[in-house]
Amino acid sequence: MPVLEYIEAIRTAMKEEMERDSRVFVLGEDVGLKGGVFGATKGLQQQFGEMRSLDTPLAESAIAGVAIGAAMAGMRPVAEMQYSDFMFPATNQIISEAAKIRYRSNNDWDCPIVIRAPIGAGVFGGLYHSQCPESVFFGTPGLKIVAPATAYDAKGLLLAAIRDPDPVLFFENKKCYRLIADEVPEGEYTVPIGKASVMREGSDITVIGYSMPLHFAMQAADELSREEGIEAHILDLRTIQPLDREAILEAAARTGKVLIVHEDNKTGGVGAEVAAIISEELLFDLDAPIRRVCGPDVPATVFNPPGEKHFMLNKDKLKAAMLDLARY
Amino acid sequence: MTQSGSVKNHTRHAALGLTDEQAVRMYELMQLARKYDERGQLLQRAGKVNFNISGINQEPSQVAMAFAMDTERDWFLPYYRDYAFVLSVGMTVKELMLALFGKAEDPNSAGRQLPGHFGSKRLRIVTGSSPVTTQVPHAVGFALAAKMRGENSVSLVSFGEGSSNQGDFHEGCNFAGVMKLPVIFVCQNNGYAISVPLSKQTAGRISDRALGYGFPGFQVDGNDPLEVYRVFKEAHDRALAGEGPTLIEVVTYRVTPHSASDNDLAYRTKEEVEHHRAKDGIPAYRRYLTDIGLWNDEKEQELLARIRKEIDEATEYGERAPFQSVEDAFRYVYAETDEAGEVR
Repeated sequence: MPVLEYIEAIRTAMKEEMERDSRVFVLGEDVGLKGGVFGATKGLQQQFGEMRSLDTPLAESAIAGVAIGAAMAGMRPVAEMQYSDFMFPATNQIISEAAKIRYRSNNDWDCPIVIRAPIGAGVFGGLYHSQCPESVFFGTPGLKIVAPATAYDAKGLLLAAIRDPDPVLFFENKKCYRLIADEVPEGEYTVPIGKASVMREGSDITVIGYSMPLHFAMQAADELSREEGIEAHILDLRTIQPLDREAILEAAARTGKVLIVHEDNKTGGVGAEVAAIISEELLFDLDAPIRRVCGPDVPATVFNPPGEKHFMLNKDKLKAAMLDLARY
Repeated sequence: MTQSGSVKNHTRHAALGLTDEQAVRMYELMQLARKYDERGQLLQRAGKVNFNISGINQEPSQVAMAFAMDTERDWFLPYYRDYAFVLSVGMTVKELMLALFGKAEDPNSAGRQLPGHFGSKRLRIVTGSSPVTTQVPHAVGFALAAKMRGENSVSLVSFGEGSSNQGDFHEGCNFAGVMKLPVIFVCQNNGYAISVPLSKQTAGRISDRALGYGFPGFQVDGNDPLEVYRVFKEAHDRALAGEGPTLIEVVTYRVTPHSASDNDLAYRTKEEVEHHRAKDGIPAYRRYLTDIGLWNDEKEQELLARIRKEIDEATEYGERAPFQSVEDAFRYVYAETDEAGEVR
């Protein structure tokens, strides 16, 4: 099976789906001739022409709003927000429009769009090329939100998102683009939206998270296994809305000790909801308080390297938290 | 009036390509919308319904713009005062009443949304919301889809002059201008954004904004439906010919308060309102039809009786109809699928 970079998996998903379905097109700033500032749409305009790989004016609300209109008209647009930090002008279109179109029309209209946006710090992007905006959209009924950690899931979830009858926010981690590569099947397959996946089996502690920090957890888990004989059970949520409650509860029950990780700020993040689900259902099965390792509650993040490094999650921070929890 | 030209073309409407039947139908729709709207206000004041928002005085232009459109092919994105427009493209008074009473059978939203939030796929009316101007980029998206699929379809999107200050107006116009998309942007300038008059909203002329986006903009008197029709017909022809969007500023006046919960005399005078009420386009259009022999008092009485009956029946129906069950009000947040996994 070929090994693909995470960004290549995303590009392949769009390319294959555009070949399969003439309703699918991509739009956004610089997605056409240039192929995107990260290269996620490279080659699509050459293959599919200017209309289906559409360079738009620099106006995020229009990118989302035009995509919403086209989706209601029966197309399957995939809109790119250049950085998730720049998608806030489109928030009204996403929350007030896309999320509510089916509901407010009593199922007469629907809005099958995908909005892709890179999240995460670690690329010296400063305060406005580094944020994780999941919590802004999380909890909005009508939206689905996915955030893959692997190339396999990136392709499979993007294909599922494009085929989904409802709006899907696809948060791809820019740090994963070239750093993460794994086996990706050729041709079509989908990863179901709303299903978490066990990345690693273990019996001592449970780590629940999504996106890039899971790779730090995996590295830490390998070291803890070797050095301390501690076996971590790691659950990748993959979809953060709707959350896979069953998988969360099963993973938590497996060890009774839960650590939740994400790069988005700690307060009001997805982790708070995951913790609440576990507390509501499993409180007396827990052997330790639920813990969270998240982005600190400061804007993500400063441009200067020591400051950014201090903000970021990494293997060592996770290893320390996992060890501490195991010893509780 | 000179009598040159053929018999067919010697009336204003015939010169524009409208038949006598269409000219009369336009009048009937203006009156229907007016009477519906007045009943809506009455029902709200009587405590029979919880909310009403009015389009009174804007009916002549709304009817005229609908008559310039193709109801089989075009897409419509009206705003919350567009009762006369939606009636003209096929919605019924009964359906409007069901929405006013918030009942399950309301095709717009099954009583989920406030009245005036139109939507009906059957009538090619795209569902709308309350945050103003969000529909403008949607119209551009419909036009983009039409262009991609090679369809001869035009999007018409309307909004108030307050909306012309929103980013979505500018972003949508600019996008459509760049791509020369078949969109008609309609600003129904009724002079007030709730309490804020035009003079405090913009220092320029709204129709002039089109120049900055590379397409034409026109201002037209909303009390002159035939002139409104002419301007919209030209815009529609331009759109179909691949010449791109048009911005049309319909100059009208909001004679009612903003909504049922607004006291307009806190920010404007009765005299100002009366001045504009006297310029009502409906009696003027009736005079036009009467002068050319298409209308008379007898027809007027017959029409008003017919409308009265239709609205009475619709009111009774709307009032008696059941609400959506509270359980069903939790449905359709997401698509529902059947046993085979197909979206219902």
